[in-house]
Amino acid sequence: MRNFLADKITALKPSGIRKFFDIVSEMKDAISLGVGEPDFDTPWHIRDEGIYALEKGKTFYTSNAGLKDLRGEISNYIKRTQGIEYNPDNEILVTVGGSEAIDIGLRAIINPGDEVIIPQPSYVSYEPCAVLAGATPVIINLKAENEFRLKPDELLNAITDKTKILILPYPNNPTGAIMEEGDLRAIAEIIKEKDILVMSDEIYSALTYKEKHVSIASLEGMKERTILINGFSKAYAMTGWRLGYACAPKEIIEQMTKIHQFAIMCAPTTSQYAAVEALKHGDKDVEEMRQAYNQRRRFLMDAFRKINLECFEPYGAFYVFPCIKEFGMTSEEFATRFLQEEKVAVVPGTAFGECGEGFLRISYAYSLESLKLALGRLEKFINKLRQAK
Amino acid sequence: MRNELLAIIEKNSRIDFNELAVLLGVSEEEVLAELTKLEKEGIICGYHTLINWEKTSIEKVTALIEVKVTPQRGEGFDKIAERIYNYPEVRAVYLISGGYDLLITLEEKSLKEIAGFVSDKLSTLESILSTATHFVLKKYKDHGTIFNPKKGDEREVITP
Repeated sequence: MRNFLADKITALKPSGIRKFFDIVSEMKDAISLGVGEPDFDTPWHIRDEGIYALEKGKTFYTSNAGLKDLRGEISNYIKRTQGIEYNPDNEILVTVGGSEAIDIGLRAIINPGDEVIIPQPSYVSYEPCAVLAGATPVIINLKAENEFRLKPDELLNAITDKTKILILPYPNNPTGAIMEEGDLRAIAEIIKEKDILVMSDEIYSALTYKEKHVSIASLEGMKERTILINGFSKAYAMTGWRLGYACAPKEIIEQMTKIHQFAIMCAPTTSQYAAVEALKHGDKDVEEMRQAYNQRRRFLMDAFRKINLECFEPYGAFYVFPCIKEFGMTSEEFATRFLQEEKVAVVPGTAFGECGEGFLRISYAYSLESLKLALGRLEKFINKLRQAK
Repeated sequence: MRNELLAIIEKNSRIDFNELAVLLGVSEEEVLAELTKLEKEGIICGYHTLINWEKTSIEKVTALIEVKVTPQRGEGFDKIAERIYNYPEVRAVYLISGGYDLLITLEEKSLKEIAGFVSDKLSTLESILSTATHFVLKKYKDHGTIFNPKKGDEREVITP
Protein backbone atom coordinates (compact mmCIF):
# COMPACT_ATOMS: atom_id res chain seq x y z
CA MET A 1 0.00 0.00 0.00
CA ARG A 2 1.15 3.53 -0.70
CA ASN A 3 2.01 5.88 2.12
CA PHE A 4 -1.05 8.05 2.30
CA LEU A 5 0.11 10.38 5.03
CA ALA A 6 0.79 14.05 4.42
CA ASP A 7 4.50 14.88 4.51
CA LYS A 8 3.84 18.19 6.20
CA ILE A 9 2.10 16.43 9.08
CA THR A 10 4.45 13.50 9.46
CA ALA A 11 7.29 16.03 9.62
CA LEU A 12 5.66 17.73 12.64
CA LYS A 13 7.21 16.74 15.94
CA PRO A 14 4.67 15.43 18.44
CA SER A 15 4.36 17.55 21.57
CA GLY A 16 7.36 17.00 23.86
CA ILE A 17 4.96 16.59 26.73
CA ARG A 18 3.46 13.41 25.34
CA LYS A 19 6.37 11.11 26.15
CA PHE A 20 6.44 12.30 29.70
CA PHE A 21 2.72 11.91 30.01
CA ASP A 22 3.01 8.21 29.25
CA ILE A 23 5.58 7.64 32.00
CA VAL A 24 3.58 9.57 34.59
CA SER A 25 0.32 7.87 33.71
CA GLU A 26 1.78 4.53 34.69
CA MET A 27 2.88 5.72 38.11
CA LYS A 28 -0.08 5.50 40.39
CA ASP A 29 1.10 7.35 43.46
CA ALA A 30 2.97 10.17 41.72
CA ILE A 31 2.12 13.76 42.57
CA SER A 32 1.77 15.78 39.41
CA LEU A 33 2.70 19.43 39.15
CA GLY A 34 2.47 19.16 35.41
CA VAL A 35 -0.99 20.35 34.64
CA GLY A 36 -1.71 23.44 32.57
CA GLU A 37 -5.27 23.97 33.71
CA PRO A 38 -6.93 25.32 36.86
CA ASP A 39 -7.63 22.94 39.74
CA PHE A 40 -10.86 24.76 40.56
CA ASP A 41 -14.19 23.54 39.30
CA THR A 42 -16.05 25.94 37.05
CA PRO A 43 -18.00 28.18 39.46
CA TRP A 44 -21.42 26.68 40.10
CA HIS A 45 -23.50 29.58 38.78
CA ILE A 46 -21.75 29.23 35.42
CA ARG A 47 -22.28 25.46 35.30
CA ASP A 48 -25.87 26.02 36.35
CA GLU A 49 -26.40 28.35 33.41
CA GLY A 50 -25.04 25.65 31.07
CA ILE A 51 -27.44 23.12 32.58
CA TYR A 52 -30.30 25.59 32.27
CA ALA A 53 -29.47 26.18 28.59
CA LEU A 54 -29.68 22.43 28.01
CA GLU A 55 -32.97 22.20 29.89
CA LYS A 56 -34.43 24.95 27.77
CA GLY A 57 -33.42 23.03 24.67
CA LYS A 58 -30.71 25.42 23.54
CA THR A 59 -29.13 22.63 21.56
CA PHE A 60 -28.80 24.14 18.09
CA TYR A 61 -25.97 25.81 16.19
CA THR A 62 -25.42 29.44 17.03
CA SER A 63 -24.42 31.94 14.37
CA ASN A 64 -20.90 31.27 13.06
CA ALA A 65 -19.42 34.19 14.95
CA GLY A 66 -21.07 33.11 18.22
CA LEU A 67 -24.12 34.20 20.20
CA LYS A 68 -24.80 37.90 19.82
CA ASP A 69 -25.23 38.23 23.59
CA LEU A 70 -21.88 36.60 24.17
CA ARG A 71 -20.09 38.83 21.67
CA GLY A 72 -21.73 41.79 23.37
CA GLU A 73 -20.48 40.64 26.78
CA ILE A 74 -17.00 40.01 25.40
CA SER A 75 -17.00 43.51 23.98
CA ASN A 76 -18.03 44.91 27.40
CA TYR A 77 -15.40 42.83 29.15
CA ILE A 78 -12.55 44.00 26.92
CA LYS A 79 -13.74 47.55 27.28
CA ARG A 80 -13.91 47.49 31.06
CA THR A 81 -10.63 45.60 31.55
CA GLN A 82 -8.53 47.03 28.72
CA GLY A 83 -10.36 50.15 27.57
CA ILE A 84 -10.48 48.90 23.98
CA GLU A 85 -13.72 49.05 21.99
CA TYR A 86 -14.49 46.14 19.69
CA ASN A 87 -17.65 46.09 17.65
CA PRO A 88 -19.49 42.88 18.58
CA ASP A 89 -21.00 42.71 15.10
CA ASN A 90 -17.81 42.35 13.09
CA GLU A 91 -14.69 42.51 15.26
CA ILE A 92 -15.25 39.54 17.58
CA LEU A 93 -15.28 35.81 16.79
CA VAL A 94 -16.12 33.13 19.35
CA THR A 95 -13.89 30.08 18.89
CA VAL A 96 -13.32 26.58 20.23
CA GLY A 97 -10.83 27.60 22.88
CA GLY A 98 -8.03 30.09 22.38
CA SER A 99 -6.30 27.27 20.45
CA GLU A 100 -8.64 27.51 17.49
CA ALA A 101 -8.21 31.28 17.40
CA ILE A 102 -4.43 30.84 17.18
CA ASP A 103 -4.79 28.39 14.32
CA ILE A 104 -7.30 30.26 12.19
CA GLY A 105 -5.81 33.66 13.02
CA LEU A 106 -2.54 32.55 11.46
CA ARG A 107 -4.22 30.81 8.54
CA ALA A 108 -6.20 33.95 7.76
CA ILE A 109 -3.10 36.05 7.18
CA ILE A 110 -0.25 33.77 6.11
CA ASN A 111 0.95 33.44 2.54
CA PRO A 112 3.54 30.76 1.76
CA GLY A 113 6.95 31.83 2.98
CA ASP A 114 5.73 34.53 5.37
CA GLU A 115 7.62 34.56 8.62
CA VAL A 116 5.98 34.29 12.02
CA ILE A 117 8.08 35.41 14.96
CA ILE A 118 7.60 33.19 18.01
CA PRO A 119 9.29 34.02 21.30
CA GLN A 120 10.09 30.88 23.30
CA PRO A 121 9.71 29.31 25.83
CA SER A 122 6.04 29.47 25.00
CA TYR A 123 2.93 27.40 24.48
CA VAL A 124 3.41 24.34 22.32
CA SER A 125 0.99 25.10 19.51
CA TYR A 126 2.29 28.36 17.97
CA GLU A 127 5.09 26.78 15.99
CA PRO A 128 3.10 23.85 14.52
CA CYS A 129 0.15 26.15 13.74
CA ALA A 130 2.50 28.52 11.90
CA VAL A 131 3.98 25.62 9.96
CA LEU A 132 0.55 24.22 9.09
CA ALA A 133 -0.48 27.66 7.86
CA GLY A 134 2.50 27.59 5.48
CA ALA A 135 4.67 30.07 7.36
CA THR A 136 8.29 29.86 8.36
CA PRO A 137 8.57 30.13 12.14
CA VAL A 138 11.33 32.40 13.41
CA ILE A 139 12.15 31.65 17.02
CA ILE A 140 13.37 34.20 19.55
CA ASN A 141 15.10 32.57 22.50
CA LEU A 142 14.01 34.62 25.49
CA LYS A 143 16.47 35.05 28.32
CA ALA A 144 16.14 34.31 32.00
CA GLU A 145 18.11 37.46 32.83
CA ASN A 146 15.31 39.49 31.22
CA GLU A 147 12.76 37.52 33.22
CA PHE A 148 11.71 36.03 29.87
CA ARG A 149 10.27 39.32 28.65
CA LEU A 150 10.63 40.16 24.97
CA LYS A 151 13.20 42.90 24.49
CA PRO A 152 13.09 45.39 21.58
CA ASP A 153 16.55 44.43 20.26
CA GLU A 154 15.61 40.74 20.26
CA LEU A 155 12.56 41.56 18.17
CA LEU A 156 14.51 43.83 15.80
CA ASN A 157 17.07 41.09 15.18
CA ALA A 158 14.33 38.63 14.25
CA ILE A 159 12.49 40.88 11.79
CA THR A 160 13.16 40.47 8.07
CA ASP A 161 11.27 41.78 5.07
CA LYS A 162 9.27 38.53 5.13
CA THR A 163 8.03 39.01 8.68
CA LYS A 164 4.27 39.19 8.86
CA ILE A 165 3.33 38.73 12.48
CA LEU A 166 4.76 38.52 15.97
CA ILE A 167 3.18 36.18 18.49
CA LEU A 168 3.14 37.81 21.89
CA PRO A 169 2.32 35.20 24.54
CA TYR A 170 1.94 37.08 27.84
CA PRO A 171 1.23 36.37 30.65
CA ASN A 172 3.35 33.45 29.63
CA ASN A 173 2.98 29.71 29.81
CA PRO A 174 5.45 28.16 30.84
CA THR A 175 7.54 30.91 32.44
CA GLY A 176 4.89 32.97 34.25
CA ALA A 177 6.52 36.08 32.76
CA ILE A 178 4.50 39.22 32.09
CA MET A 179 5.02 42.26 29.86
CA GLU A 180 4.24 45.56 31.54
CA GLU A 181 3.07 48.67 29.76
CA GLY A 182 6.58 50.07 29.33
CA ASP A 183 7.82 46.81 27.79
CA LEU A 184 4.85 46.78 25.42
CA ARG A 185 5.33 50.38 24.30
CA ALA A 186 8.82 49.64 23.04
CA ILE A 187 7.57 46.58 21.15
CA ALA A 188 4.58 48.48 19.71
CA GLU A 189 6.86 51.15 18.26
CA ILE A 190 8.80 48.51 16.32
CA ILE A 191 5.62 46.76 15.16
CA LYS A 192 4.29 50.01 13.72
CA GLU A 193 7.58 51.09 12.21
CA LYS A 194 8.18 47.72 10.53
CA ASP A 195 4.52 47.44 9.48
CA ILE A 196 3.81 44.01 10.95
CA LEU A 197 0.99 42.48 12.98
CA VAL A 198 0.79 41.05 16.50
CA MET A 199 -1.09 38.02 17.71
CA SER A 200 -1.44 38.73 21.41
CA ASP A 201 -2.38 35.56 23.28
CA GLU A 202 -3.82 36.89 26.52
CA ILE A 203 -5.50 33.73 27.78
CA TYR A 204 -3.94 34.30 31.25
CA SER A 205 -4.76 38.03 31.35
CA ALA A 206 -6.93 37.71 34.45
CA LEU A 207 -4.12 36.03 36.38
CA THR A 208 -1.46 38.63 37.13
CA TYR A 209 0.01 39.42 40.53
CA LYS A 210 1.67 42.79 40.13
CA GLU A 211 -0.01 45.38 37.93
CA LYS A 212 -3.25 44.59 36.13
CA HIS A 213 -2.62 43.11 32.69
CA VAL A 214 -2.25 45.61 29.85
CA SER A 215 -3.05 44.54 26.29
CA ILE A 216 -0.78 45.73 23.50
CA ALA A 217 -3.97 46.40 21.52
CA SER A 218 -4.79 49.22 23.94
CA LEU A 219 -1.72 51.21 22.89
CA GLU A 220 -2.07 53.94 20.32
CA GLY A 221 -2.24 52.69 16.74
CA MET A 222 -2.12 49.04 17.82
CA LYS A 223 -5.75 47.95 17.73
CA GLU A 224 -5.62 47.82 13.95
CA ARG A 225 -2.46 45.70 14.09
CA THR A 226 -3.48 43.19 16.74
CA ILE A 227 -5.28 39.87 16.79
CA LEU A 228 -6.18 39.67 20.46
CA ILE A 229 -6.86 36.16 21.72
CA ASN A 230 -8.49 35.33 25.00
CA GLY A 231 -10.93 32.81 26.41
CA PHE A 232 -12.66 31.30 29.39
CA SER A 233 -10.41 28.35 30.23
CA LYS A 234 -7.96 29.92 32.66
CA ALA A 235 -9.82 32.87 34.16
CA TYR A 236 -13.07 31.01 34.83
CA ALA A 237 -11.67 27.48 35.17
CA MET A 238 -13.58 26.37 32.07
CA THR A 239 -10.99 24.36 30.14
CA GLY A 240 -13.30 21.51 29.21
CA TRP A 241 -15.95 23.85 27.83
CA ARG A 242 -13.62 24.68 24.93
CA LEU A 243 -14.42 28.32 24.52
CA GLY A 244 -12.26 31.24 23.48
CA TYR A 245 -12.43 34.25 21.23
CA ALA A 246 -10.50 36.53 18.93
CA CYS A 247 -10.87 40.29 18.65
CA ALA A 248 -9.32 41.90 15.61
CA PRO A 249 -9.92 44.38 12.80
CA LYS A 250 -13.01 43.41 10.84
CA GLU A 251 -11.06 42.54 7.69
CA ILE A 252 -9.17 39.83 9.62
CA ILE A 253 -12.21 38.61 11.57
CA GLU A 254 -14.09 38.27 8.30
CA GLN A 255 -11.46 35.90 6.90
CA MET A 256 -11.11 34.00 10.18
CA THR A 257 -14.89 33.58 10.27
CA LYS A 258 -14.77 31.91 6.87
CA ILE A 259 -12.32 29.25 8.07
CA HIS A 260 -14.25 28.84 11.32
CA GLN A 261 -17.49 28.50 9.37
CA PHE A 262 -16.18 25.74 7.14
CA ALA A 263 -14.07 23.86 9.67
CA ILE A 264 -16.05 24.24 12.90
CA MET A 265 -19.40 25.85 12.17
CA CYS A 266 -19.71 27.38 15.60
CA ALA A 267 -18.38 27.01 19.13
CA PRO A 268 -20.38 24.72 21.48
CA THR A 269 -23.75 26.28 22.22
CA THR A 270 -24.02 25.17 25.86
CA SER A 271 -20.61 26.64 26.57
CA GLN A 272 -21.57 29.92 24.98
CA TYR A 273 -24.61 30.32 27.24
CA ALA A 274 -22.52 29.49 30.28
CA ALA A 275 -19.89 32.00 29.17
CA VAL A 276 -22.42 34.82 29.05
CA GLU A 277 -23.07 34.15 32.73
CA ALA A 278 -19.33 34.01 33.43
CA LEU A 279 -18.74 37.45 31.95
CA LYS A 280 -21.82 38.96 33.58
CA HIS A 281 -21.37 37.64 37.11
CA GLY A 282 -17.99 35.93 37.33
CA ASP A 283 -15.67 38.74 38.45
CA LYS A 284 -15.85 37.71 42.09
CA ASP A 285 -14.92 34.11 41.30
CA VAL A 286 -11.98 35.18 39.18
CA GLU A 287 -10.70 37.39 41.99
CA GLU A 288 -11.01 34.59 44.55
CA MET A 289 -9.10 32.19 42.35
CA ARG A 290 -6.49 34.80 41.53
CA GLN A 291 -5.95 35.35 45.24
CA ALA A 292 -5.53 31.64 45.85
CA TYR A 293 -3.02 31.33 42.99
CA ASN A 294 -1.12 34.31 44.31
CA GLN A 295 -0.83 32.72 47.76
CA ARG A 296 0.52 29.53 46.24
CA ARG A 297 2.93 31.53 44.08
CA ARG A 298 4.28 33.26 47.18
CA PHE A 299 4.53 29.91 48.93
CA LEU A 300 6.58 28.42 46.07
CA MET A 301 8.90 31.42 45.77
CA ASP A 302 9.51 31.28 49.52
CA ALA A 303 10.15 27.54 49.37
CA PHE A 304 12.64 28.01 46.50
CA ARG A 305 14.47 30.69 48.48
CA LYS A 306 14.73 28.36 51.46
CA ILE A 307 16.20 25.53 49.43
CA ASN A 308 18.30 27.92 47.39
CA LEU A 309 16.82 27.07 44.03
CA GLU A 310 17.29 29.82 41.48
CA CYS A 311 14.05 31.22 40.09
CA PHE A 312 13.02 34.67 38.88
CA GLU A 313 9.79 35.88 40.43
CA PRO A 314 6.97 35.39 37.92
CA TYR A 315 3.95 37.66 38.05
CA GLY A 316 1.50 35.92 35.76
CA ALA A 317 -0.37 32.72 34.86
CA PHE A 318 0.07 29.82 37.33
CA TYR A 319 3.58 28.63 36.62
CA VAL A 320 7.02 29.06 38.07
CA PHE A 321 10.07 28.29 35.98
CA PRO A 322 13.02 27.45 38.22
CA CYS A 323 16.55 27.01 36.87
CA ILE A 324 18.23 23.64 37.45
CA LYS A 325 21.50 24.34 35.61
CA GLU A 326 23.55 23.93 38.80
CA PHE A 327 22.89 20.19 38.77
CA GLY A 328 24.56 19.64 35.41
CA MET A 329 21.67 17.70 33.97
CA THR A 330 19.32 18.38 31.10
CA SER A 331 15.78 19.36 31.99
CA GLU A 332 14.54 16.03 30.77
CA GLU A 333 17.06 14.06 32.83
CA PHE A 334 16.18 16.06 35.91
CA ALA A 335 12.43 15.67 35.38
CA THR A 336 12.74 11.95 34.68
CA ARG A 337 14.89 11.26 37.74
CA PHE A 338 12.72 13.44 39.94
CA LEU A 339 9.72 11.46 38.81
CA GLN A 340 11.38 8.08 39.26
CA GLU A 341 13.10 8.81 42.56
CA GLU A 342 10.62 11.10 44.29
CA LYS A 343 7.45 10.49 42.32
CA VAL A 344 6.75 14.08 41.43
CA ALA A 345 5.96 15.05 37.86
CA VAL A 346 7.08 18.40 36.49
CA VAL A 347 7.46 19.38 32.85
CA PRO A 348 10.95 19.87 31.37
CA GLY A 349 11.39 23.43 30.07
CA THR A 350 12.44 22.04 26.71
CA ALA A 351 8.83 21.02 26.01
CA PHE A 352 8.26 24.72 25.32
CA GLY A 353 11.26 25.39 23.11
CA GLU A 354 14.97 24.58 23.08
CA CYS A 355 15.81 27.63 25.16
CA GLY A 356 13.80 26.05 27.98
CA GLU A 357 16.84 23.82 28.54
CA GLY A 358 17.97 24.07 32.13
CA PHE A 359 14.52 24.96 33.43
CA LEU A 360 11.41 23.21 34.71
CA ARG A 361 7.82 24.25 34.52
CA ILE A 362 6.08 23.81 37.83
CA SER A 363 2.37 24.48 37.85
CA TYR A 364 0.70 25.83 40.96
CA ALA A 365 -2.79 24.92 39.86
CA TYR A 366 -2.75 22.61 42.88
CA SER A 367 -3.84 22.86 46.49
CA LEU A 368 -1.34 24.18 49.00
CA GLU A 369 -1.28 20.73 50.61
CA SER A 370 -0.15 19.10 47.36
CA LEU A 371 2.41 21.82 46.77
CA LYS A 372 3.82 21.41 50.27
CA LEU A 373 4.14 17.69 49.83
CA ALA A 374 5.80 18.05 46.43
CA LEU A 375 8.19 20.76 47.60
CA GLY A 376 9.27 18.58 50.50
CA ARG A 377 10.24 15.94 47.98
CA LEU A 378 11.98 18.49 45.76
CA GLU A 379 14.08 19.60 48.71
CA LYS A 380 15.03 16.03 49.46
CA PHE A 381 15.88 15.40 45.83
CA ILE A 382 18.11 18.41 45.30
CA ASN A 383 19.86 17.87 48.63
CA LYS A 384 20.70 14.40 47.42
CA LEU A 385 22.01 15.81 44.13
CA ARG A 386 24.07 18.47 45.87
CA GLN A 387 25.64 15.95 48.23
CA ALA A 388 26.53 13.66 45.35
CA LYS A 389 28.50 16.44 43.68
CA MET B 1 -4.01 42.43 53.50
CA ARG B 2 -6.78 42.43 56.13
CA ASN B 3 -9.46 40.96 53.89
CA GLU B 4 -7.16 38.36 52.41
CA LEU B 5 -5.98 37.39 55.90
CA LEU B 6 -9.56 36.97 57.08
CA ALA B 7 -10.42 34.90 54.01
CA ILE B 8 -7.55 32.53 54.75
CA ILE B 9 -8.14 32.02 58.45
CA GLU B 10 -11.87 31.73 57.99
CA LYS B 11 -11.06 28.51 56.16
CA ASN B 12 -8.09 27.43 58.21
CA SER B 13 -7.68 28.92 61.67
CA ARG B 14 -4.83 26.54 62.54
CA ILE B 15 -2.44 28.03 60.01
CA ASP B 16 0.71 29.38 61.69
CA PHE B 17 2.08 32.93 61.57
CA ASN B 18 5.01 31.98 59.44
CA GLU B 19 2.90 30.43 56.72
CA LEU B 20 0.39 33.28 56.83
CA ALA B 21 3.24 35.71 56.32
CA VAL B 22 4.48 33.76 53.29
CA LEU B 23 1.06 33.46 51.70
CA LEU B 24 0.29 37.14 52.21
CA GLY B 25 3.75 38.36 51.24
CA VAL B 26 4.29 40.29 54.51
CA SER B 27 6.40 39.77 57.66
CA GLU B 28 5.41 37.59 60.58
CA GLU B 29 5.34 40.64 62.82
CA GLU B 30 2.81 42.31 60.57
CA VAL B 31 0.62 39.22 60.62
CA LEU B 32 0.77 39.02 64.40
CA ALA B 33 -0.03 42.71 64.77
CA GLU B 34 -2.98 42.48 62.40
CA LEU B 35 -4.38 39.38 64.11
CA THR B 36 -4.11 41.05 67.51
CA LYS B 37 -5.92 44.09 66.14
CA LEU B 38 -8.64 41.95 64.58
CA GLU B 39 -9.18 40.18 67.89
CA LYS B 40 -9.27 43.43 69.86
CA GLU B 41 -11.73 44.97 67.46
CA GLY B 42 -13.97 41.96 67.93
CA ILE B 43 -13.73 41.06 64.24
CA ILE B 44 -12.19 37.70 64.98
CA CYS B 45 -14.58 36.20 67.54
CA GLY B 46 -13.06 32.76 67.92
CA TYR B 47 -11.12 29.94 66.30
CA HIS B 48 -13.61 27.10 66.20
CA THR B 49 -13.51 23.66 64.70
CA LEU B 50 -16.07 22.34 62.27
CA ILE B 51 -17.08 18.84 63.32
CA ASN B 52 -19.29 16.44 61.45
CA TRP B 53 -20.98 14.96 64.50
CA GLU B 54 -22.89 12.47 62.40
CA LYS B 55 -19.69 10.50 62.03
CA THR B 56 -19.13 10.27 65.78
CA SER B 57 -20.93 8.10 68.31
CA ILE B 58 -22.24 11.19 70.03
CA GLU B 59 -25.92 11.85 69.53
CA LYS B 60 -26.78 15.39 68.54
CA VAL B 61 -30.03 16.76 67.30
CA THR B 62 -30.19 20.12 65.63
CA ALA B 63 -33.36 22.14 65.23
CA LEU B 64 -34.07 25.41 63.49
CA ILE B 65 -36.79 27.34 65.27
CA GLU B 66 -38.66 30.23 63.73
CA VAL B 67 -39.97 32.63 66.31
CA LYS B 68 -42.45 35.50 66.09
CA VAL B 69 -42.14 38.04 68.86
CA THR B 70 -43.57 41.37 69.94
CA PRO B 71 -40.73 43.86 69.94
CA GLN B 72 -40.46 45.76 73.19
CA ARG B 73 -40.63 49.52 73.44
CA GLY B 74 -37.19 51.05 73.57
CA GLU B 75 -35.45 47.68 73.20
CA GLY B 76 -36.68 46.43 69.84
CA PHE B 77 -35.72 42.80 69.41
CA ASP B 78 -32.45 42.97 71.30
CA LYS B 79 -33.83 42.25 74.75
CA ILE B 80 -35.74 39.16 73.76
CA ALA B 81 -32.85 37.96 71.59
CA GLU B 82 -30.59 38.23 74.61
CA ARG B 83 -32.94 36.19 76.78
CA ILE B 84 -32.78 33.49 74.15
CA TYR B 85 -29.11 33.50 73.25
CA ASN B 86 -28.02 33.24 76.85
CA TYR B 87 -29.08 29.61 76.89
CA PRO B 88 -25.93 27.62 76.13
CA GLU B 89 -27.82 25.06 74.04
CA VAL B 90 -28.78 27.85 71.66
CA ARG B 91 -26.07 27.84 68.97
CA ALA B 92 -27.19 30.80 66.91
CA VAL B 93 -29.80 33.52 66.96
CA TYR B 94 -30.50 35.68 63.94
CA LEU B 95 -32.91 38.56 63.49
CA ILE B 96 -34.31 38.08 60.04
CA SER B 97 -36.59 39.66 57.51
CA GLY B 98 -39.70 37.94 56.23
CA GLY B 99 -42.58 36.08 57.81
CA TYR B 100 -41.09 35.72 61.27
CA ASP B 101 -38.56 37.58 63.40
CA LEU B 102 -35.92 35.36 64.95
CA LEU B 103 -34.29 32.21 63.71
CA ILE B 104 -32.73 30.06 66.38
CA THR B 105 -30.39 27.12 65.93
CA LEU B 106 -30.60 24.71 68.79
CA GLU B 107 -28.43 21.72 69.47
CA GLU B 108 -29.38 19.05 71.97
CA LYS B 109 -28.85 15.38 72.69
CA SER B 110 -32.38 14.29 71.81
CA LEU B 111 -35.67 15.31 70.30
CA LYS B 112 -37.16 15.23 73.76
CA GLU B 113 -34.73 17.83 75.04
CA ILE B 114 -35.46 20.11 72.13
CA ALA B 115 -39.18 19.70 72.68
CA GLY B 116 -38.60 20.52 76.33
CA PHE B 117 -36.66 23.65 75.49
CA VAL B 118 -39.36 24.92 73.15
CA SER B 119 -42.29 24.21 75.44
CA ASP B 120 -40.75 25.08 78.80
CA LYS B 121 -38.29 27.84 78.07
CA LEU B 122 -38.99 29.46 74.72
CA SER B 123 -42.80 29.48 74.52
CA THR B 124 -43.16 30.73 78.04
CA LEU B 125 -41.23 33.92 77.37
CA GLU B 126 -43.69 36.78 77.54
CA SER B 127 -43.17 38.47 74.21
CA ILE B 128 -43.13 35.31 72.12
CA LEU B 129 -46.17 35.02 69.88
CA SER B 130 -45.47 31.75 68.11
CA THR B 131 -42.76 29.21 67.28
CA ALA B 132 -42.22 26.68 64.50
CA THR B 133 -39.62 23.99 65.02
CA HIS B 134 -37.83 22.23 62.18
CA PHE B 135 -35.52 19.30 62.84
CA VAL B 136 -32.38 18.89 60.79
CA LEU B 137 -32.33 15.43 59.18
CA LYS B 138 -28.99 15.64 57.44
CA LYS B 139 -26.24 18.19 57.10
CA TYR B 140 -24.83 18.38 53.59
CA LYS B 141 -22.79 21.50 54.00
CA ASP B 142 -21.95 23.72 56.94
CA HIS B 143 -19.83 26.86 57.21
CA GLY B 144 -19.06 26.64 53.50
CA THR B 145 -17.71 23.11 53.81
CA ILE B 146 -19.27 20.14 52.01
CA PHE B 147 -19.27 17.18 54.41
CA ASN B 148 -18.86 14.40 51.89
CA PRO B 149 -16.92 15.75 48.92
CA LYS B 150 -17.15 13.32 46.06
CA LYS B 151 -14.07 13.50 43.97
CA GLY B 152 -10.34 13.75 43.67
CA ASP B 153 -8.28 15.36 40.95
CA GLU B 154 -9.80 14.33 37.64
CA ARG B 155 -7.41 16.21 35.40
CA GLU B 156 -4.99 14.58 33.01
CA VAL B 157 -1.66 14.29 34.83
CA ILE B 158 0.31 16.37 32.34
CA THR B 159 -1.10 18.96 29.97
CA PRO B 160 0.58 21.78 28.06
